[in-house]
Amino acid sequence: MNSRLVNENPIVYPKKQGRVRTDQSNTDEDIKDPEHSELTLEDLRVITKESVEVDDAKSYVRVTLTPTLPHCHVPHLIGLCIYSKLLKSLPTRFKVDVRVAPGSHATEAAVNKQLGDKERIAAALESPYFVDLFN
Amino acid sequence: MAALNNLTEHLEAFVDVTRSPTHHAESLKAIATSLEKGVLSINQLVVEMDMYLTTTDDVVRARGILLLAEMLDYLKSKPLDNAVVHSLIGFFTAKLAEWRSVRGALSGCLALIKRKGVAGLVTAVDAEAVAKSMAQSIQVQSLALYDRKLCFELLECLLEQYPEAMINLGDLMVYATCEAIDGEKDPPCLMVAFHVVELLGRLFPSPSGPVASEASDLFEFISCYFPLHYTHTKGDEASIPREDLSRGLSLAISSTPFFEPYAIPLLLEKLSSSLPVAKVDSLKCLKDCAVNYGVSRMKKHYKDLWPALKDALYASTKTDLSFGLESLTSPGFEMGEIHRAAVNLLQRLVKQDISFLGLVVEDIRVNMVFDTISRYLRYEEMLDTSKLEVLVVSQILSVSARSSVESCNIIFQTFFFRLMNTLGIVEKTSTGDLVHNENSTVSTRLYHGGLHLCIELLTTSKDLIPSSEECTSTPESAQQSWCSIVSRFSASLIEAFTSAVQSSNDDCSADAYLGVKGLLAMGMFRGGSSPVSRSEFEKILTTLTSIIAANSAKTVKWELALKALVCMGSFIDRYSESEKAMSYMAIVVENLVSLVRSSHCSLPSPMILEATSEVCSTRPTYVEKMVEGFEEAFCSSFSDFCVNGNFKSIENCSQLLECVTNKLLPRLTEIDGLEKSLVHFAISMWNQIESSVVFSYDFNGREFVEAATKTMGEIVGVASVDSQNSIIQKAYNVISSSTLLAMESIPLTFAALEGLQRDLSTRDELILSLFASVIIGASPKASIPDVKSLVHLFLVSFLKGYIPAAQALGSMVNKLGTGLEEACDTIFHESSASGSSIPSDDSSKTIGGSEALLSKICLGFYGSLDLQTHAITGLAWIGKGLLMRGDKRVNEIALVLVECLKSTNSSGNALHPSAMKHAADAFLTLMSDSEVCLNRKFHAVIRPLYKQRFFSITVPILESLIVNSQTPLSRTMLHVALAHVVSNVPVTVILDNTKKLLSVILEGLSVLSVDSVHKETLFSLLLVLSGTLTDIKGQQSVSDNAHRIIECLVKLTSYPHLMVVRETAIQCLATLLELPHGRIYPFRREVLQAVTKALDDPKRRVREEAIKCRQAWTSISSRSTPF
Repeated sequence: MNSRLVNENPIVYPKKQGRVRTDQSNTDEDIKDPEHSELTLEDLRVITKESVEVDDAKSYVRVTLTPTLPHCHVPHLIGLCIYSKLLKSLPTRFKVDVRVAPGSHATEAAVNKQLGDKERIAAALESPYFVDLFN
Repeated sequence: MAALNNLTEHLEAFVDVTRSPTHHAESLKAIATSLEKGVLSINQLVVEMDMYLTTTDDVVRARGILLLAEMLDYLKSKPLDNAVVHSLIGFFTAKLAEWRSVRGALSGCLALIKRKGVAGLVTAVDAEAVAKSMAQSIQVQSLALYDRKLCFELLECLLEQYPEAMINLGDLMVYATCEAIDGEKDPPCLMVAFHVVELLGRLFPSPSGPVASEASDLFEFISCYFPLHYTHTKGDEASIPREDLSRGLSLAISSTPFFEPYAIPLLLEKLSSSLPVAKVDSLKCLKDCAVNYGVSRMKKHYKDLWPALKDALYASTKTDLSFGLESLTSPGFEMGEIHRAAVNLLQRLVKQDISFLGLVVEDIRVNMVFDTISRYLRYEEMLDTSKLEVLVVSQILSVSARSSVESCNIIFQTFFFRLMNTLGIVEKTSTGDLVHNENSTVSTRLYHGGLHLCIELLTTSKDLIPSSEECTSTPESAQQSWCSIVSRFSASLIEAFTSAVQSSNDDCSADAYLGVKGLLAMGMFRGGSSPVSRSEFEKILTTLTSIIAANSAKTVKWELALKALVCMGSFIDRYSESEKAMSYMAIVVENLVSLVRSSHCSLPSPMILEATSEVCSTRPTYVEKMVEGFEEAFCSSFSDFCVNGNFKSIENCSQLLECVTNKLLPRLTEIDGLEKSLVHFAISMWNQIESSVVFSYDFNGREFVEAATKTMGEIVGVASVDSQNSIIQKAYNVISSSTLLAMESIPLTFAALEGLQRDLSTRDELILSLFASVIIGASPKASIPDVKSLVHLFLVSFLKGYIPAAQALGSMVNKLGTGLEEACDTIFHESSASGSSIPSDDSSKTIGGSEALLSKICLGFYGSLDLQTHAITGLAWIGKGLLMRGDKRVNEIALVLVECLKSTNSSGNALHPSAMKHAADAFLTLMSDSEVCLNRKFHAVIRPLYKQRFFSITVPILESLIVNSQTPLSRTMLHVALAHVVSNVPVTVILDNTKKLLSVILEGLSVLSVDSVHKETLFSLLLVLSGTLTDIKGQQSVSDNAHRIIECLVKLTSYPHLMVVRETAIQCLATLLELPHGRIYPFRREVLQAVTKALDDPKRRVREEAIKCRQAWTSISSRSTPF
């Protein structure tokens, strides 16, 4: 990873108060940004409550993430973090889809392709480098 | 000689800088002790030390001098020869000039100067010499921190102890101080330095003195610290809090009037800063200055001071005025620190000089407020700026008025008429009529802003009354001018406030709030010279009381009025105003009590009860009145119910009793004489029940019986032994005159008991429950008449299924002193004599004749199932009573209960499942703490460690029975019983026995998880297990049994009947990770599977725990996650 940060001074948004607890647990709130390890994705509005769609009946979850900058170089990493966190937190019946929000990133299609590729994801989750990052 | 040898050794040790500090301290201590004991004199010491004090080696000499100084510090309270002191101080003074040994010299001087009240003081001449030498030869700021502090302390000490000598020195001291302070940065030094400046200011008050001439320089050196700001919050500076240091600085700045030309402009400038700390500090410092500089000097700055102060008040006030219940007795808005400091300053200035008030009175902004007020009717409609205007001006005026009687008069003269005019409130002429001006068609205009201002003024002015009463020497006219103004308007004011309250509707609380607050302010004037006459005061009370009586729902208005009445009641009590108390009694208390008495009022009775109990608890006489009223109300409603069958009255009765239990009893310690009235109340309850012989109507009045027994029990519980005796006697008389005593004649035989199926009448049931509650509440010292027949009565009634009777019997055997043997005989043995005489079937013949009838019934030899279960429950309560006092007979009872649980008991046949269940639950009764009876509140006799004792008796028996049990039902029931015992014993006992208990607990968990009936028991057992998992004592056995524990917990993660069980099981799994890695790693897959399933749990809390647990268990493997 670059020693210089791409987005040195991100805007930090206040956490939304009084979120309505839905039946589906929303566990993304403490995934840390790989670049700013003291901030969570929710603080940076990479993910908001609205960007997570859950269909309990069909056992389907789709998370849409919005990188802080169009040329951010870690969306695939963020996606992987979310993916791994959800796999740990959700029952096995769920199918998880992680996507980058349309128009929010320069290499959107490439990242989406990377995140959609099951084998690459499985390989990444096995790789010691990523495992250390997730835990 | 030996002492001298040692001395050299110690001297060497101290002088040697290479040794450790503890070594140094030890040798110091040793020399000091020999000096103190008189083995060594100070002269000898000096002679011995000669070499160290005069050597040319700087280090050794410095250490030597320091040693001598330290010695003198030790000898602070030992008389010394004057000549010795003189020569020593001369020596140290001379050494001050030598920078290498300055520390020793400073400490030596300080130690000698500090000497107070013992023989051997430093003379003034010597002190002068010290000061001179110090001023001339020490550069304070070039020294180390500790030495600087010594310097400042020396200065402080000199100024404090030798003021005359220092006055002689004059300029020199001031110069020395200036030079010393210049550039100082350490809080501990500054603290002393500020005090030095303060002392200097006090020492040279003359306008031609050195401080006056050097004021500008001296002020410059201290002013640079203002406002204080710590850059390093952590570290040793923290030893002196910022507040203390800032207080010291403020005292230094205000110490002398000569600082005035420099200080006030600086403070005003800092006041305008945006830093809150600076504002607070300046305001506080200005207040100190106002006190010390004197009026004439402050007067010059009034013109600048007033706007600055006003701005501070405006900036620190928030506009949200609360109209809530809690702010009825407070200003109603938040007071920040700045605000408080500003208010204090304003009050000080006005108090000190009435001419400052001129600025306030003439201020254009203050005068504008009347326009603002008349522009808006309602507070919510106001703009924020207008709200601020009104709040700040009311604050300014009320604070100014509070300062002195004189200022109050001026404020009232200037503003009150205008305010009344704006509000359209008219004045009363001497004849008592209201004066109507030409536009009298315009009625009172209730501007919220105006009302607020008016209330603030009235509230503050009331505090001035006692002071005016104390000093009667002041002329009446000056005293009373504001009073007379208020009294001229009082009638109309009360009317205006009343109309404000009455015009309010539910959705707007502001009207009601302001009205009630105004009435409260009018009603709180103290003493005979109050501007509010008695008839007006009574009018206020009438208005508030009518609000309480008229509202049928609990509105804000109602609550406000109630709180105001309570405030006024406690105010009357506090200042013991006998006249007002009479009015209060006549209007408020009598009215409310009569409302309680009359059963036909519009107000729901819980509300009227609440109001009455709140109001009346302000004064003991009211309480008496109220309990009397309650008594009457109870009697009339009760008899109304008995005669006419009015169900509403019985409901009233229960509410009344609830009120007594919940509102009055908890305040017993606060209110004198309440106990007596309550005992009277209890006795009249009995009287009432006695006199109503026939209940013409049956009622399903569980609620009433419960309320009555609860109240009765609690009253007996709190009453003194004598009162208890009288209640018991009364109750016994009622019992013996009722049909209940007929039950005594029922012989305790199987045949007779079998015929007992008919129920008691409602009245008898009520009397029985009430009597049981009396017995439950009685203390061991109270005397219970006719124990034998009472025991008999309770015995028969609990066999019929009246549990209170069983509890009363338990309480009796727990508390009885001498009568215990007799009672137990009646319960256990006498019955057996009659029991054996009846013809019985074959199976019972195998039982020995000494066996009690009760246990036979329990074991099901005779009678129906109902009788059996009743007997088991009753036996449990009796057992509890015996267990708590540590009586051996409880063992027999435990054996009977265990017998009931066996799959095949001694008679060869199994018990009915329901009876077994009751027997298992009996262990819960025995072990758990009861709310209803046999607790500390009800004076139970409690032996320490009784639970532990029972635990050690029963657990081995139950364990062995579990091993041998044949039928699954009996096995389950034995486990239930064991779970009850285990989960109620203190956790330390479990931890001591983890090894033995763990396997049986685990088995119990799996047995109990089969049936949903046992879910609560299962949960408490699981909690016991979770307690053992983490403790160090249990860890070894937990580790040995890890496989079984995990297997059991995994099963419980899917327990369908109770959410907390699943949650706790998952938490337990997470805690198991603390075990050695090798022990738990093999179960990883198993646990993860279970927890993954729990991720889909219907309850959120379980899912969350599951996520945490899963995360923890996955992380024990080195890497790959098992997806």
